Amino acid sequence: MKTWAESYSDEVDASNVSTLFVEGEVDTRHGPILYMEDVSVSFDGFKALNKLSLFIDAGELRCMIGPNGAGKSTMMDVITGKTKPDAGSVFFGQTIDLLKMDEPAIAQAGICRKFQKPSVFDALSVFENLELALQTDKGAWNTLFFRLSGEQRDRIGDVMDTVGLTALAHSRAGILSHGQKQWLEIGMLLMQEPKVMLVDEPIAGMTHQEIERTAELLLSLQGERSLVVVEHDMEFVRSIARKVTVLHEGSVLTEGTMDEVQNDPRVIQVYLGG
Amino acid sequence: MKLLTLATQDKTCTTVLMVLAAVTLIIPLCNLLTPADSPLHFSAYTVSLIGKYLTFALLGMSLDLVWGYCGILALGHGAFFALGGYAMGMYLMRQIGTRGVYGDPLLPDFMVFLNWKELPWYWFGFDNFGFAMLMVVLAPGALAFVFGWLAFRSRVTGVYLSIITQALTYALLLAFFRNEMGFGGNNGLTDFKDILGFNIQSEAVRSVLFFLSGFSLIIAFLLCRWITGTKLGRVVTAIRDQESRVRFLGYRVEMFKLWIFVFAAMLAGVAGALYVPQVGIINPSEFTPLNSLEIVVWVAMGGRGTLYGAIIGAVVVNYSKTVLTGLMPDAWLFILGGLFVVITVLLPDGIVGLMRRKLKEKQA
Repeated sequence: MKTWAESYSDEVDASNVSTLFVEGEVDTRHGPILYMEDVSVSFDGFKALNKLSLFIDAGELRCMIGPNGAGKSTMMDVITGKTKPDAGSVFFGQTIDLLKMDEPAIAQAGICRKFQKPSVFDALSVFENLELALQTDKGAWNTLFFRLSGEQRDRIGDVMDTVGLTALAHSRAGILSHGQKQWLEIGMLLMQEPKVMLVDEPIAGMTHQEIERTAELLLSLQGERSLVVVEHDMEFVRSIARKVTVLHEGSVLTEGTMDEVQNDPRVIQVYLGG
Repeated sequence: MKLLTLATQDKTCTTVLMVLAAVTLIIPLCNLLTPADSPLHFSAYTVSLIGKYLTFALLGMSLDLVWGYCGILALGHGAFFALGGYAMGMYLMRQIGTRGVYGDPLLPDFMVFLNWKELPWYWFGFDNFGFAMLMVVLAPGALAFVFGWLAFRSRVTGVYLSIITQALTYALLLAFFRNEMGFGGNNGLTDFKDILGFNIQSEAVRSVLFFLSGFSLIIAFLLCRWITGTKLGRVVTAIRDQESRVRFLGYRVEMFKLWIFVFAAMLAGVAGALYVPQVGIINPSEFTPLNSLEIVVWVAMGGRGTLYGAIIGAVVVNYSKTVLTGLMPDAWLFILGGLFVVITVLLPDGIVGLMRRKLKEKQA
């Protein structure tokens, strides 16, 4: 059986393909950059994802909400290669089958993830954390002989400015506050120059000002990159979202603007536990 | 040169280097330049004893790279040391030539005793010193590569990995015990005569071997310092702390682990090759799982993730072992076990951690 994405790419005339895109690059000519179709994952009989279908457009900022256990984190696990689904297909652009790739390959292809629990390397400095994330050849030998170019050093400096950690460049990441660790991890995401950013609960542990700056930052990134933001804070979601997807019991309950979604009786029922 | 400037940036590192250089130079020089009855003259026993400690220090440091920096608790590291030792032993056996008990020009004594007619293929080339030295690093390196590739690619970690490394060294122990393996079985390789044409028992050769042990330790220390200071070193530290996160940054974690594991195995092989001519024997007991556990105790005792901590730990524990096995031969294992408990509970950062704390208190 052909997947949706495969039959789509068959329609494109073969002679055009070579002139339009280079093999291995992300082909987003049909709009979406990320296709998930009928993806199911079950753990010991519990269906974490149940025929989930989701399309993320290139340059889009999408917010995902849903009660605990709705499958938000599992969805990110599937996209980033941590969990292999039992059924379904996941494509990056028209041509790249993410189910055939492992975590490093997917990260190198341009899909990066911020974890729910801030995951920075405590033993390394802020600067070194960003240096590790820097998009470059990540083979062992090249890493051994790696030297930062002036340009790359500037890039790290820029990102530190963006996330407001310049003053702490040489402090160990372990001493940062929860909010600062969140920012550092967002900075690491920026260093990877991803095409798709999966951002899991970015504002947990942040102050009001930090939340505002996070919203500004995420909004400034859309267009250039695609973002999928999972967040529980409805206020925050309202402030950044154009399109919101509600997940429930492993599949999409509804999609739309924040107002549409919040007035949807099914959504109200799910959240109020009717 | 770059290595030297790198090493001198850190005060502790400079001190360690100076102490090592002093030991490496003074002891052999004293021995060569002074007559046997001078108070500056070290006995042959002392020279090979301290030389042995130096090779243990190198072994401990190589484990620190794997355990202290990369977080892989390898409990079979002694296997690589023993393999390097066997490679050196095979060279020394072939140097004996017709001077063996049976006087066979080609076959070592134990093969004649087993009624073998031909030299097994894997003994070919070991009469050549260069080839043997290559095998000193290649044999442990190859084993580490195959083992590491299978284990790390399958994402075997933690306690499971530790157990299979123990199984690895135990399997090798049993294999090398077998006479049919062609490595001298239970007795191993011994009764060496000379090395590169020089009498292995002579004071001069002992001093040179001692010097080489110290020299290798210094070079290895500088190399390890350099590696841990590169981006690869930082990736490895990151793997130790949060392995899966490193994957999501686009690094192939298994390749980095493999790199460090193979490099450390090669260092251990060098240590083994320097150890064998100084103690004059290599036998399967070097593969006992207990030996590998002892290396872990050295590193834990000295302080993990510091490199010089492993050197200090190896020397302190082995010196205690020498003294205590002399006084109470049966108590050593209990003391070793007790040491491990005491370190884990009271000194999680080992001797180095303790010294750092005392220094801080003084400054405060």
